[in-house]
Amino acid sequence: MEFKTYSSPHLPVSGSVSVMMLRVLLALIPGTFCAFWIFGWGVLFNILIAAITALLAEAMVLKLRGRSALAGLLDGSALVTAVLLALALPPLTPWWIPVIGSLFAIVIAKQLYGGLGYNPFNPAMAGYVVLLISFPLELTLWSAPGAHPGFMDTLSLIMTGNLPAGQSLDAVTMATPMDSIKTRLGMSETLSEIHNSPLFGSFAGAGWEWINLWFLLGGLWLLQMKVIQWQIPAGMLGGLAVIAFIFYAVNPDIYSTPLFQLFSGAAMLGAFFIATDPVSASTTPRGRIYYGIGIGLLTYIIRTWGGYPDGVAFAVLLMNLAAPTIDYYTRPRVFGQGGGNTP
Amino acid sequence: MTASGNSFKRPREVTFDRLHTFHGGLRLPGHREITANRPIGKVDIPPLLTIPLQQHIGNPGKCLVKPGDTVYKGQVLAEAPGRFSVPAHASSSGTVIAVEERLIPHPSGIKENCVVIETDGRDRGADQQQDAIDYLQIEPARLCELIQQAGIVGMGGAGFPTQIKLCSPKQHIELLLINAAECEPYISCDNRLLQERATEVVEGIRIMRHGVQPDACIIAIEDNMQAAEEALRAALDAVNETGITITRVPEIYPSGGERQLIRILTGREVPGQGYPADIGIVCQNVGTAAAVYHAVSKRQPLISRIVTVTGEGIAQPQNFECLLGTPVSQLVSAAGGYTKDVERLLIGGPMMGYAVQNDNIPVIKTTNCILAVSREEMPAPPPAQPCIRCAKCTDVCPADLLPQQLYWYASSNNYDAAQDYNLFDCIECGCCAYVCPSHIPLVQYYRHAKTEIWTQEAQKQAADIARRRHESRLSRLQRIKQQRADRMARKKQALAGDDGGKDAKKSAIQAALDRVKHKKEQTSSTPKNTDNLTAEQQRLIAEADVRRQQKQSGNNN
Ligand code: SF4
Ligand code: SF4
Repeated sequence: MEFKTYSSPHLPVSGSVSVMMLRVLLALIPGTFCAFWIFGWGVLFNILIAAITALLAEAMVLKLRGRSALAGLLDGSALVTAVLLALALPPLTPWWIPVIGSLFAIVIAKQLYGGLGYNPFNPAMAGYVVLLISFPLELTLWSAPGAHPGFMDTLSLIMTGNLPAGQSLDAVTMATPMDSIKTRLGMSETLSEIHNSPLFGSFAGAGWEWINLWFLLGGLWLLQMKVIQWQIPAGMLGGLAVIAFIFYAVNPDIYSTPLFQLFSGAAMLGAFFIATDPVSASTTPRGRIYYGIGIGLLTYIIRTWGGYPDGVAFAVLLMNLAAPTIDYYTRPRVFGQGGGNTP
Repeated sequence: MTASGNSFKRPREVTFDRLHTFHGGLRLPGHREITANRPIGKVDIPPLLTIPLQQHIGNPGKCLVKPGDTVYKGQVLAEAPGRFSVPAHASSSGTVIAVEERLIPHPSGIKENCVVIETDGRDRGADQQQDAIDYLQIEPARLCELIQQAGIVGMGGAGFPTQIKLCSPKQHIELLLINAAECEPYISCDNRLLQERATEVVEGIRIMRHGVQPDACIIAIEDNMQAAEEALRAALDAVNETGITITRVPEIYPSGGERQLIRILTGREVPGQGYPADIGIVCQNVGTAAAVYHAVSKRQPLISRIVTVTGEGIAQPQNFECLLGTPVSQLVSAAGGYTKDVERLLIGGPMMGYAVQNDNIPVIKTTNCILAVSREEMPAPPPAQPCIRCAKCTDVCPADLLPQQLYWYASSNNYDAAQDYNLFDCIECGCCAYVCPSHIPLVQYYRHAKTEIWTQEAQKQAADIARRRHESRLSRLQRIKQQRADRMARKKQALAGDDGGKDAKKSAIQAALDRVKHKKEQTSSTPKNTDNLTAEQQRLIAEADVRRQQKQSGNNN
């Protein structure tokens, strides 16, 4: 009798990339739904447009490279990239913004570097930053929380740039809380004055605080399912909170509270879903902590003193650059190589 | 060491009462219940026994029998060629029909020199029985001799000759650690052994303790082996043994690995390329303990062992005691044969065992498990995808390695970097490959890289030896030439005359200078710092040479 031979281990494998990506998508649902609730249909349109573009682009490039397009699409990584990019975009932005962003993310940032597993930068954030630099105006088109245009109006605005007669773009869009803090601090108002405006909710930006909360919950679920490890989120949120606290303690009039920082902008989305993108992050246990802290600190610095509304994307890309070096210097001590004996 | 009545020293104050942890590891599904709850079965003497002459790490022994010889049970077939080897014995009586290469259980399906015995069914032992010994009455050194003569190797898997571990340590041994933690799924032979023959195990442990003279002796048992633990306790109580303690360890794969187990029990780490004895510990498996008992108290060599035969590909999974050399196929028949959906046959557990093509291979001293699995049980691995650097492998690696880096370097044939990342500290436990979401056969890459490196080493060594031979021949020729020239020069000088001591000194200096120069030209690897010497420095060196020579000749007188 002849038996088949394989190499050890023989126990059936315990997971797959597709399952991991599927879980990431599932974990995004609560936060996404909350964003939809607050900012309207634009959120879903963005996701749809980005996803379709990303999948088409991925399939095409894989074909050109002579790989199996189906296997590539089934791993789900392109979809995750598209959704993360879309969630970072303002809901009333024109349709070609997610298209360009997705194309850049998939074709340039991911496939040109060799595809899944080889991209040094987080593709979604690379796409986002390119958009931010090239089309700054289109990236400010946030709808007012809770007062967004309806389905048809949004569709027409996104597709044609036109609103029904009698409505102006200014009437439906609104600056984000972080933006308005920056502008109004520039007009030498104090934070406590700014916080009285309707842009602010119970502890952070109106609407934003809830979106962040739901992304936090999704992220905790990912942790529990062991899709991600605790080091990066903990490092990033910890780093962000600590530096925010230091400056807040020094001068609460011009530096916002740590809580505001943690629940504004893309903080939670970044900590659990973006910074944890395995391919471009640090991989050693200690390195992941430093990597997370780095993102937290940079996020705060860019938010507070930089020229852009949110710092997460830039922070992630900068730390992507540092990841190989971090890995090199944080190699774990190998078992039996001295120093490991606990008395 | 004493041979007095109670040779066991009271333990010093070294306590190992706190458990430690190791990094990584996995909780795996056990699959042990079926076989762990059924008694050890018997297997008939097979018509043919195939006994490899080398069943262990070490050199193969010299074969003492030839085809046509009749052998008795326990007869030595091949003697141990040295201290690091053990002899092979006939497991039953019969006639030798061949001494030839046969397939043996091995990951690469290789053939080895084996003695094939046609059994006569009488299971006849030696004519004069050897007397049982009271182990307390003999020297530890003699004990080791007995253990070696009985052919005992570590029965937990590695097959390291037991006497080396027990007897060579120069260090003082603080702890004799008995490994009863079967961490791989499916395997239950040690569990059954403890349930049914705890007394033998305890006796074996006491014998080994007599040989090692440790400060403490601990049996480490997995926390899910209640029945075995109870049997052990009863056996210890029955002989009023209080110097041996039982410690439960958590069931985390690979806690039964020697290095991991030592870490759990003591918090110490065996050095990368070292042995447990280096840190004052000797670790032995329970199966080995039972074999030691038989070897010393009953004077029986190691000719049988307990094997777990299990998996969905086996009709009636069970543990069996069988003679060494029994074909795997016969063991499977004893367990009711294969089921119809059997697909893969493994020797060893599902994590570190290896798949074999053929069941016509003998059971050897280290065969602890025969695992026949169906396609549903262990489907063919899905195709590998690119590494996404998720570091799940890093999180489970019990050796604290970075498996994804190792994979990166091993797959790009960058073996230097792989070694830099401690490739050789990988114990091939398979944890990394088990959790890899990209289904990369990581262990296969590591094994391949190790083999490649070994091959390169061997080639380099061979080349080195050849080069050294060549170089030494060249330099010998040069020396001869030089000596001849020197002789000629001296003769000439003697002829030329009588310029006295001063001239002789000068010419000696000149000769030394020449030697220096000559050496520089001739040796391929010049010592590093003599490259750019000035003439002045060379002269100084030459003078020193002369002084040294004079002094030496002075000393010789
Ligand atoms: S588990 Fe697999 S995919 Fe993840 S880092 Fe390790 S080798 Fe790469
Ligand atoms: S097989 Fe080697 S690299 Fe993989 S987990 Fe085990 S020790 Fe670590």
